[in-house]
Amino acid sequence: MPVDAEAVVVSNTRLPGGYSVLEFRAPELAALAEPGQFVMVRASRCDAPLLRRPYSIFDLVRDPDGRPAGFTLLNKRVGVGSGLLYDAAPGAHFCCLGPLGRPFTLVAPPVEAWMVAGGVGLAPFATLAPALAARGVATTLFYGGRTSADIFCLDRFERHGVRVVTATEDGSLGERGRVTVPLQAALEAVPPERAVMVYACGPEPMLKAVADLATRFGRPSEVSMERHMGCGLGGCYSCVVRVKTQDGGSRYARTCIEGPVLRGDEVLWE
Amino acid sequence: MGVDLSVQLGPLRLKTPLMSASGCFGYGVEYAGVVDLASLGAVVVKGLFLNERDGHPPPRIVETPSGMLNAIGLQGIGVHRFVREKMPELRQLGATVIVNVCGTTVDEYVEVSKVLSDTEGVAALELNISCPNIKEGGISFGCSLAGTRRVVSAVRRATRLPIIPKLTPNVTDVASFAAAAEEAGADAVSLVNTFLAMAIDVEARRPKLSNGMGGLSGPAIRPIAVRMVYECARLVKIPVIGIGGIVSAADVLEFLIAGATAVQVGTANFVDPFIWGKLEAGLRSYLERHGIPRVADLVGSLQTGSAR
Repeated sequence: MPVDAEAVVVSNTRLPGGYSVLEFRAPELAALAEPGQFVMVRASRCDAPLLRRPYSIFDLVRDPDGRPAGFTLLNKRVGVGSGLLYDAAPGAHFCCLGPLGRPFTLVAPPVEAWMVAGGVGLAPFATLAPALAARGVATTLFYGGRTSADIFCLDRFERHGVRVVTATEDGSLGERGRVTVPLQAALEAVPPERAVMVYACGPEPMLKAVADLATRFGRPSEVSMERHMGCGLGGCYSCVVRVKTQDGGSRYARTCIEGPVLRGDEVLWE
Repeated sequence: MGVDLSVQLGPLRLKTPLMSASGCFGYGVEYAGVVDLASLGAVVVKGLFLNERDGHPPPRIVETPSGMLNAIGLQGIGVHRFVREKMPELRQLGATVIVNVCGTTVDEYVEVSKVLSDTEGVAALELNISCPNIKEGGISFGCSLAGTRRVVSAVRRATRLPIIPKLTPNVTDVASFAAAAEEAGADAVSLVNTFLAMAIDVEARRPKLSNGMGGLSGPAIRPIAVRMVYECARLVKIPVIGIGGIVSAADVLEFLIAGATAVQVGTANFVDPFIWGKLEAGLRSYLERHGIPRVADLVGSLQTGSAR
């Protein structure tokens, strides 16, 4: 069950490109969180903005004794709410409702984990990577952005032994092109007897491309969907995504409670 | 001092005047993990047709100043699945269940109402003649006095459950619709549903909602809703349920003083699903501070004479 934590900003680290990493102290929420889950953040106590916005939980923070102490969010300054978060000073309070949503399915060896991230879509993988590392899963991160300014926090992954492959559309870091270029090459190269699970988070065209590639190469995939969300609890029916049904039809599923993580081959991409 | 929060809604006694607004609380069961459903005056569930409905493509909501537009399009599981899949849990949780009834025809309102009349645990029916987001039915009945009378009197003949038409504010004189509903046999009226509205993405020069237009809710509409509740409560004898932009106990009080017997909370539940306890505590503290023993004593207590 989620809690509405009065989360206190511990630090707000600005990154290039309008991104920042906010660390919050919220032990009760952190104790419940699993990789791929999200929180609904209320950026203002007034009506501007009125609604909360969903954020993937980025890192889980532990105190020196190893107990859950808080979490971080990866924020990109876009509108009013994300601007308030970008400007937040240590000591500021924000109501954070969570953890919410269906987490990623954790694979176990010998299955390998390939995480595919675009831009702020990196966020859920910072908790997925250590959870997989703890199980001894061999993990690769395919990380794409428009330019090198969209690529950051690689140390968080390398420290857990994650192999990192980067791609930028302007070629300023890693391979030139979309992240699906190195992903497709890897899917072509890996022998069929090596089991691979593909996890993806990022812009929807990227998710569709990754899910289609995984399916084409016979690999299972899970995608973390982003939608306009009103409540995060299944009350408003705003955040729907079209999914296939067993009878060959389709229906709208609420990403807040049936997702945000869905099977890539289950989504009916628009 | 113990205060009495119970209110009488026609034949229905409610523990408190606080109800969830239809379409803003799923089927109630979604909130069972964060709210004691039995503590609410009533749980008003999402609107139901006879059959399942897909709803509109996303984007279905957009935030606007102090409010939001929605065009969900009444996605729903239909009354039969609701009775089978949701009612047992709602009953077990002790919720007072009011079902929002939809129809594209008068017959459909009647059919849905009959199914629910035969269902153990349904306390009342709210008739959705005011959804701005669907092409047939709904608001087309609620925007004509004759249509309102037809739906209400047909359902009246089909059920013994209390019936509560939910009125649209998208008319010139909402009080005349409350009066028409009363004459046709309604036990109470609820108002307001959302205001038909629009928001445009100027870069793309396209509507921000896939459906083009949607319904405006939230604090932005509260003063208009309070005025409309005030007008209706002065005109009709049946109880009025106030809806529109409530986010605090003071907002609840505003509606009660204007003449509402109970209120519904919608958009604010999205912002804070734990709001119910806070509203109830705020009501209690107000009543204690003013030495008023029963919340019902506040209903319609607006003072309009000179203050001095």
